[in-house]
Amino acid sequence: MKIIVNGETLVSDAPDLGALLVELGKGDAKVATSVNEAFVPKTMRSAQALSDGDRVEIVAPRQGG
Amino acid sequence: MPEFYGKEIASRLMLGTAQYPSPAILADAFRQSAAGIATVSVRREAGGDQAGQDFWALIQDLGVAVLPNTAGCHSVREAVTTAQMARELFDTNWIKLEVIGHADTLQPDPFGLIDAAAQLTEDGFEVFPYCTEDLVLCERLVEVGCKVLMPWGAPIGTGLGLNNIYGLRSLRAHFPDIPLVVDAGLGLPSQAAHAIELGYDAVLLNTAVAKAGDPVAMAKGFARAVEAGALAHQADAMEPRDMAAPSTPVFGKAIL
Repeated sequence: MKIIVNGETLVSDAPDLGALLVELGKGDAKVATSVNEAFVPKTMRSAQALSDGDRVEIVAPRQGG
Repeated sequence: MPEFYGKEIASRLMLGTAQYPSPAILADAFRQSAAGIATVSVRREAGGDQAGQDFWALIQDLGVAVLPNTAGCHSVREAVTTAQMARELFDTNWIKLEVIGHADTLQPDPFGLIDAAAQLTEDGFEVFPYCTEDLVLCERLVEVGCKVLMPWGAPIGTGLGLNNIYGLRSLRAHFPDIPLVVDAGLGLPSQAAHAIELGYDAVLLNTAVAKAGDPVAMAKGFARAVEAGALAHQADAMEPRDMAAPSTPVFGKAIL
């Protein structure tokens, strides 16, 4: 299925958000996530099933004013 | 020293972490500024990029309180979701709430700001709203639970200083017990000193230091400016007047 991750379309078989992060090498990274514009807490990632066309955002700490 | 949501901060300077020439200069500027709070954001990492992880390590080494922002958010939904992500990432209930209403001026959207502040406060956040100096807006923000107000001095990144001194002074008089921070628009230490002289608890700036030719020297300048402003405020300044009054005694002057 196709998942849109940070604006880019990826083909993935990851059944859930937790698996997708592992697939992307960010399983243990300090990141926060949302699916279809809704925040998904770290503890809920494995319970968050993914479907074709889902929009995933993965963000990290960055510089800010 | 200012107290925000029950936490005392040993500095009147809050400093942003963006746009520095290098991480080393950022760290040095923070040391010289003695800032007590660093603002940070949440952003995408490109591919296998580790920039976010490296940045987090740098921030932790600064030993300051962290205030994440919702910079760039133009809708309530965006701002609320960004705040939720920031809370988990930075492990803090503090959020500098930005809901931008105008692309040219980056002026806060007052209506969206109240809505987002209410939702976030209800959800346990401690909201630092980036707002204008509008008294009605600020009253509403306090009503929905904000215990800090952060009016702009001027639009973000302009360096224009305090555009509405009357408005800022009115706000201080109207909210004697709410910590007030001038956030955005400062370009020079003299402007920061002025804000503190008006009785503001702190100033928050980023571009003025980060984009100076020598950010470390400018950081030191701002540190001294806020100390000078605080001393002046405590010292109960003289009243200005329109006509001259000689400071040297008139009595005893030789008649020549």
